[in-house]
Amino acid sequence: MIRKQDAAVVDDLGFNFLAELSESPEGKDVLGCMQCGTCSGTCPLGVAMEYPPRKIILQARSGHLEDVLASPSVWMCVGCYTCSSRCPRGIELTDTVWPAVRDFALREGHQPPVELQNAFQNLYMYGNVLGKSPRARLKWTKGLDVDVLDLSKNRQPVEVLWLVGDYPSYYPRNQKVAREFARILTALGVSFGTLGAKEKSLGDCDRLFGEEGLFETLVESNAEMFAKHDFERLVLTDPHGYRALHKFYPKYGASFTAQHYTMFLADRLEQLKPHLHRPVQAVATYHDNCCVGRRCGCYEPPRQLLEAIPGVELVEMPRNRENGLCCGGGGGGMWLDGHISEHGGRRLSDDRVKMALDTGADTLAVSCPYELSRFEDSAKVLGAEQQLAVCDIIELLAQSMGLNEGGPL
Amino acid sequence: MKIAVVLRQVPDLIEPLEIAVGGKALDLELATFLVNETDDHALEQAILLKESAGGDVTVVAIDYGDIDNTLFTAAARGADHIVKIQLDDDTQPQPETMSIALATALKDIGPDLVLLGSQTHDELLGPLGPSIAHHLGLPYIGVVCGVEPFGGGMLKVFKEFPGAAKAALDVKTPAVLGVLAAEQPPRYVPVSRIRAAAKSAQFDEQEFDPPPVDALTAVTELYAPEPAECAEMIEGDEEEVASRVAGILAERGLVK
Amino acid sequence: MSLSDILVVADTDRGAITDITPQLLTAARQLADATGGQVVGVVLAGDANVIAEQLTGADRVIAVSDPLLTEFSPEPRLAALEEVIRGEGPRAVLFGSTSTWLDLAPTLAARASWPIVWGVTKNSISDSAVIVTANFCAGKMLAQVEITASPALLLVLSGGFPPTEDGRQPEIQAVSPSVPLAEDAVRFVEMILPDASDVDITQQDVLVAVGRGIGQEDNLEIAEELAEKLGGELCASRPVVDQGWLPTTRQVGKSGMRVKPKCYFALGISGAPEHVEGMTDSELIIAVNKDPQAPIFEVADYGVVGEYEDVVSAINEAIES
Repeated sequence: MIRKQDAAVVDDLGFNFLAELSESPEGKDVLGCMQCGTCSGTCPLGVAMEYPPRKIILQARSGHLEDVLASPSVWMCVGCYTCSSRCPRGIELTDTVWPAVRDFALREGHQPPVELQNAFQNLYMYGNVLGKSPRARLKWTKGLDVDVLDLSKNRQPVEVLWLVGDYPSYYPRNQKVAREFARILTALGVSFGTLGAKEKSLGDCDRLFGEEGLFETLVESNAEMFAKHDFERLVLTDPHGYRALHKFYPKYGASFTAQHYTMFLADRLEQLKPHLHRPVQAVATYHDNCCVGRRCGCYEPPRQLLEAIPGVELVEMPRNRENGLCCGGGGGGMWLDGHISEHGGRRLSDDRVKMALDTGADTLAVSCPYELSRFEDSAKVLGAEQQLAVCDIIELLAQSMGLNEGGPL
Repeated sequence: MKIAVVLRQVPDLIEPLEIAVGGKALDLELATFLVNETDDHALEQAILLKESAGGDVTVVAIDYGDIDNTLFTAAARGADHIVKIQLDDDTQPQPETMSIALATALKDIGPDLVLLGSQTHDELLGPLGPSIAHHLGLPYIGVVCGVEPFGGGMLKVFKEFPGAAKAALDVKTPAVLGVLAAEQPPRYVPVSRIRAAAKSAQFDEQEFDPPPVDALTAVTELYAPEPAECAEMIEGDEEEVASRVAGILAERGLVK
Repeated sequence: MSLSDILVVADTDRGAITDITPQLLTAARQLADATGGQVVGVVLAGDANVIAEQLTGADRVIAVSDPLLTEFSPEPRLAALEEVIRGEGPRAVLFGSTSTWLDLAPTLAARASWPIVWGVTKNSISDSAVIVTANFCAGKMLAQVEITASPALLLVLSGGFPPTEDGRQPEIQAVSPSVPLAEDAVRFVEMILPDASDVDITQQDVLVAVGRGIGQEDNLEIAEELAEKLGGELCASRPVVDQGWLPTTRQVGKSGMRVKPKCYFALGISGAPEHVEGMTDSELIIAVNKDPQAPIFEVADYGVVGEYEDVVSAINEAIES
């Protein structure tokens, strides 16, 4: 338990904030902040924030935390982890300070932006962030030429329990990717199943957004659900879910072997290669998503997959791997575009698409469901949709395997 | 001011509705329930009144649907007391039964003001508020969009009318108000508070033996409507659609 | 006094009948044709005779005049109406589902133990039962309801009974309440009208309406652009106004404005009856919604299933060229 003088604080609110943070070893590092400003300087939205990370800590110490909690900048972090990856003191700002500041804001009665409230409410009531009927989770499989096992109706042991994710399940642009992945798994002879209507979001975004209570509810529900099934590993199409399972679920006693699909497929590269028989003529640049990338340090598997596709020439953006620029959708950002632009923030996906165009690539390859729509929107806004196709790696693989649905390329 | 709020559950329309065997009622086993939207507004209005004028808020609800979740959320939002009425079975009761059960519990509470939602989407026999008010012998005003106490047990009540107009009415408490919209949208409560309420909240559980009710109307059939004559749907990608729409507008001389 | 007569309670606003009243007369005529009785209008107002003349299509109108009936006040209206109904003894009494009668009809039904049904879109008589079709669960279901007791109180939804051309001029009976009317715990103070300084959307040729489906306040810009290009104005469904994104003067629907523009764009609007009521008379309705099942497509002339931002931005561009 810290003492007030250790925390160098002058009022109770700030003290409680730092005290609660210090209850965990990662959170305690915040006491070592030396106010160097690397976090704020490196944050892609730092310029637009009234209280970027450095200032949040300063305000907590100097007895002005309530100003921070009332500020719209509390809701502007998109969970890209750039600050955390560069903090010289190793403070895990994104995973500790930001959720705590939002949790406090909610507790003090500050209302999150309306779109975010709706996302929380949808998650709470329906287990998916889009507010869609849980019973419609497998609608994307309608008319599909391969079998997708619904383990909630038909329990049996499988090698892979595939957590499809909210967007791939419900959002038309992403449903195509889900279908193609199902075909890829089938072609590889992987025994897999999904949870059908019982699948729920893993809750990573709401955790980052300070909705710890909601996250706990989802952890409990998911852990109970997974425990009922017999599988070797969980495979996720959504990197956010992967990160939550990998880093946070074990803290609640829920440890499962989990992989993002890029890791799963890269492990089976030799088995995959013979299927990649059609060349795909593309100059592709890969956008490292923040979750699998910077948050988990996984940079090579997606590139290995792309390089394995005949005809694909891989070029790198200057900001790649741990220096990648977030698309702006992470950590709840998908529901914050209105809020962020209202408060002077940029649409990061526009900047990222420009970077992709600058490499001379004709394809922007991604592996996160949010990025497809965000980058396609940005390409349109920049008038570049003819020059740059945005594709999930799954779509490129499917194209090469002859399993695609006639998509962008 | 002592305020009582009635919270009801309604079938969630996000899932397809199924008709029960017999073809005269919804299959409530298959339906999922959530709190009635205008009742949620009534709760918000009650909390706002408590915050500005002082007093306490008692929530009254009948046990069916997902009522516990609704009640924990109400506690987390600031309700001081919760009364949960148990009827014989836990399916959605008939309107008159609901009205009598709620009125009985409300009479015991003796509130200055009863708030409930102005309507639900499953009220075939009309809004419930007037019936509850009648059993309590109290006046009823519905379609309410604002409430301001001004001393001496009096309230200024604002009732919505077409053309964005409002009627200001002086109402002597006790009274029953049907709220259409609270003065601000229902506030967000973090799930951690709801979970905390789930652990600590105590309900006053009351059993009620409803008297038999004579039905004055009879549903002879419940069915899904034929898809009505529809719009001409414009297909294609954005450019094709946009070009067609621009064409339609031009044809009608709407494009300058 | 006749069990074959059908009563229509006129809905009025500032000295004139509202759009629902002719619809009620049409519905009542269907019932009266079956019973062989009369359609009897009831007007409660400060000066009811002036309004009574507007009820063309009724056989008779009972015009009840009293100062306490000028504005909305529950007890005077309930007392006056109950007296008329008991005096007439009709088979059925029809009301519009309006702010006034949604309160008073159920109150009367509770006090007098009369049957009542809400959401009526069709009515008929079979043997001696009044049979109605009523909307249930926001129109996702329809209920057929039988009422054998009298009088049957019917709260009728707008749109179910398109008014027919019935030019008959009613015989007007001017009456006063037999017992003095009095306000009780509720007293009418004043009507508060919206700020007249904002645009009058009822006078616009082109309206671009936004609903919950547009997502966030920031997205209003795209709709504003469309409105501007077509020389029109922005308006909204209730949820958008409740959020504070647009003022109440822009609200279209049952508690907002009724509009009849040449062109009405419904963007991200699901088509709930409360909204549709306010714009269904528009000459051209174009709806954009990402849900192919949205009820708005039943009302619209043209529909597009798609993302609001993409579709409307594209339309803006297409209009430019």
